[in-house]
Amino acid sequence: MKDIVKLRRRDFLKLGSLAGGGLILGVSLPQQMLEAAEGEAFQPNVFIQIDPENWVTVCVHKSEMGQGIRTALPMIVADELDADWNRIKVTQADAHPDKYGSQMTVGSRSIRGGAWMTLRRAGASAREMLVAAAAARWQVPPDQCRTENSKVIHAPTGREATYGELAKAASQLPLPDEPRLKDPAEFRFIGKSMHQVDTPDRVQGKATFGLDVRVPGMLFATAVHCPVFGGSVESFDASRTREVPGVKEVVQLSQGVAVVAEHTWAALRGAQLLDVTWNHGGFSMSSSDISAHFREVAETEGAVARKEGDVEAALGSAAGRLEAVYEVPYLAHATMEPMNCTAHVLADRCEIWVPTQNPQGVQSTAARLTGLGIDRVTVHVTFLGCGLGRRSRTDFVQDAVEASMKTGAPVQMVWTREEDMQHDFYRPATYTRFQGGLDAEGKLEALKVRVVAPPFGGEGPGGVNRNSVDGVANLPYQIPHLLVDYCRPNVPVPVGYWRSVGPSQNAFVIESFVDELAHAAKRDPFEFRRELLASEPRLRHVLEVAAQRSGWGKPLPEGRARGIGLVINKGGYVAQVAEVSLRDGRPWVEKVTCAADCGRIINPDTAQAQIVGSIAYGLTAVLHGEISIEGGRVRQSNFHDYPLLSIAEMPEVEVVLVESTEEPGGVGEPGVPPIAPAVTNALFALTGTRIRKLPLSNAAFPANAGKAVATAGSH
Amino acid sequence: MATISLQVNGRQYSLEVSPDTPLLWALRDLIGLTGTKYGCGQGLCGCCTVHLAGKAARSCITPVSAVGDRPVTTIEGLSRDGLHRVQEAWIAEDVPQCGYCQPGQIMSAAALLADQPEPSDPDIDAAMEGNLCRCGTYDRVRRAIHRAAGEERS
Repeated sequence: MKDIVKLRRRDFLKLGSLAGGGLILGVSLPQQMLEAAEGEAFQPNVFIQIDPENWVTVCVHKSEMGQGIRTALPMIVADELDADWNRIKVTQADAHPDKYGSQMTVGSRSIRGGAWMTLRRAGASAREMLVAAAAARWQVPPDQCRTENSKVIHAPTGREATYGELAKAASQLPLPDEPRLKDPAEFRFIGKSMHQVDTPDRVQGKATFGLDVRVPGMLFATAVHCPVFGGSVESFDASRTREVPGVKEVVQLSQGVAVVAEHTWAALRGAQLLDVTWNHGGFSMSSSDISAHFREVAETEGAVARKEGDVEAALGSAAGRLEAVYEVPYLAHATMEPMNCTAHVLADRCEIWVPTQNPQGVQSTAARLTGLGIDRVTVHVTFLGCGLGRRSRTDFVQDAVEASMKTGAPVQMVWTREEDMQHDFYRPATYTRFQGGLDAEGKLEALKVRVVAPPFGGEGPGGVNRNSVDGVANLPYQIPHLLVDYCRPNVPVPVGYWRSVGPSQNAFVIESFVDELAHAAKRDPFEFRRELLASEPRLRHVLEVAAQRSGWGKPLPEGRARGIGLVINKGGYVAQVAEVSLRDGRPWVEKVTCAADCGRIINPDTAQAQIVGSIAYGLTAVLHGEISIEGGRVRQSNFHDYPLLSIAEMPEVEVVLVESTEEPGGVGEPGVPPIAPAVTNALFALTGTRIRKLPLSNAAFPANAGKAVATAGSH
Repeated sequence: MATISLQVNGRQYSLEVSPDTPLLWALRDLIGLTGTKYGCGQGLCGCCTVHLAGKAARSCITPVSAVGDRPVTTIEGLSRDGLHRVQEAWIAEDVPQCGYCQPGQIMSAAALLADQPEPSDPDIDAAMEGNLCRCGTYDRVRRAIHRAAGEERS
């Protein structure tokens, strides 16, 4: 176990006793600890509270969107604390600018990257203080005491005291400098499958999502936005809207027009009758124009993202050369719960209830819009009906805050599914050009990759957009001569974070082209990859496990074939083998075998669920996912033209979680990227048709496809 | 505006509403039962599934005027007494991830099992195809339905 976090005494802060005589501990994340050390200002991250009734309350500062964080974080605390799981309460933190560190829930980062060790130390530290309090009470050496189920037990005499009974005395004691952490063999919860604490509420309709918030005097609103990106409201006629029973007000917002009503239906009906004249602005491109623009930009000079060896020379002298271009479309998030926010703006304060991945961003957005200080803005985080990256933005919060400011009432703002789909921050469409060179033995000698992708997020050195090249510049294969560069297009379609981010498209293009090279070299795609993974033993291992468990190399019934995809993403190493067929000429995914090494797993049942769900999410994209642009606006509007994977299309999925004692990695995202190439590589093996453009719903397969034996039909 | 009588979860309600108001919004905003969810407004995703006289129905495209005297059952009223066996199976299999679509999934599953006590996988697919889940919990939905049907599979 690597001790990546060295907690110093001052990194803990005792906030003193609870009113009833309890113990509260604050803990900070590593980043904040460094700041604390320099500036001596402590910023606690997670609170553990032990009350006299012997309840341990864990305050979760990250957002729950199905990744099971309200179960996993308390499991870590409870394990080191030796707490009784049946005496744990979970509370959801409101937004605070610095008390918890970052509350942004993205990048599969709720456990990895700090909270894991920090929470262990928090639990262990509290446990030692409780033991010290008991030892003092009984006047015995602390090392004669042990703990279990929220009790301290003096082994020689059998005396017992609950944590609740000891909490007040413990809160008077000094914090231990170096609390003893458990040996992993002693873990009671970590690594064991535990039921989600929120499932009972969720199955009874009792879980409060954003749209379930009810505030006294609340009005219900919806908003319409210019269908063309970059457009604005020229004028509007609300006379028919105002005739709808229940409509109270129609107000202009900076992003559109809001209809505010006594109930949601009146707002929706009123919005349908609203006559808005839009200033469409200058954007009128269509998807084909965007594609042509990408091709043009691909001819300009690229910013180098990675360079190894001399790729031009190596390509020049290669025994075999291969070129290909890959394109993927824009994708919407399509969270099941459409964007919404409830806001109540008063003269001196503002209160917000919102399903958000970015509570602090909501807080600062509301402060900016209202002119109130951050400390006058309260943000309550509800359950999220999926996040997927969409809820890291605050555009829908702005609509709610402005509608409340204009009406003076608490307002619940909901976007229709159509508004949600047409006003997203989309997974970018991209264009990727490859040149590969094989030596006389069929080994991959040289690879040149040019990525054209609309930029978002952090800028890398030399004008490279990091998200755009993530998964390409850091591809896992050892290639002697490698050049990855990046060209920046200019298209005003909003783009942003979409579950698994850059690798969502880049694993598809890399894994497809590597498959092409394997076939060109007349090599088995599994062996071809395996040989290139010498420097990535964890990835190589999951590839081997996935191949073995899927029966790679063993004959399949006629009409079926297998394909491989793999990725390193967000601290997870994942390989997948898809088994496909054609049904009525349409691609059908029969089975997926997945091996994943995500480091030490906190809750294996959650990890299983997350990876199976990631495969379903990736299958929607590869089979159906396409947002197309026409006249500067999105063509799709609802699930009839942006279909999601249905239960009937859900393949049999086997997930093998590789045992690991490495630091925990992400589990919510790394399962997404490999499935697209696994499926399309399998389709190539089945039909000989190479898919270089997604989604598959636009691809045609020859009538006899799947019957002919393809070049690599044996696997 | 019209006076509409609805029987929901065994209780009688009288609402002054426009007759075209979808049952979904009457339940959520007027009666205060928020367990039934809005997902698409077009009957395409199944989040809003309730029972009308025991049959699964999409409340987002069912005007209150079309309900008539059929009793309405929502997720809150699925069981009068503790948990319905479908809810128990959902807990045992830990089906939900984000949970937003799950009330609709459960209502569809309960209606299916009332019709077909031991559904096959194809029966499940056919009955549940209109209930979308963005988290991808479909494998557990299948397992939980089999569990609720009393035929736990290995």
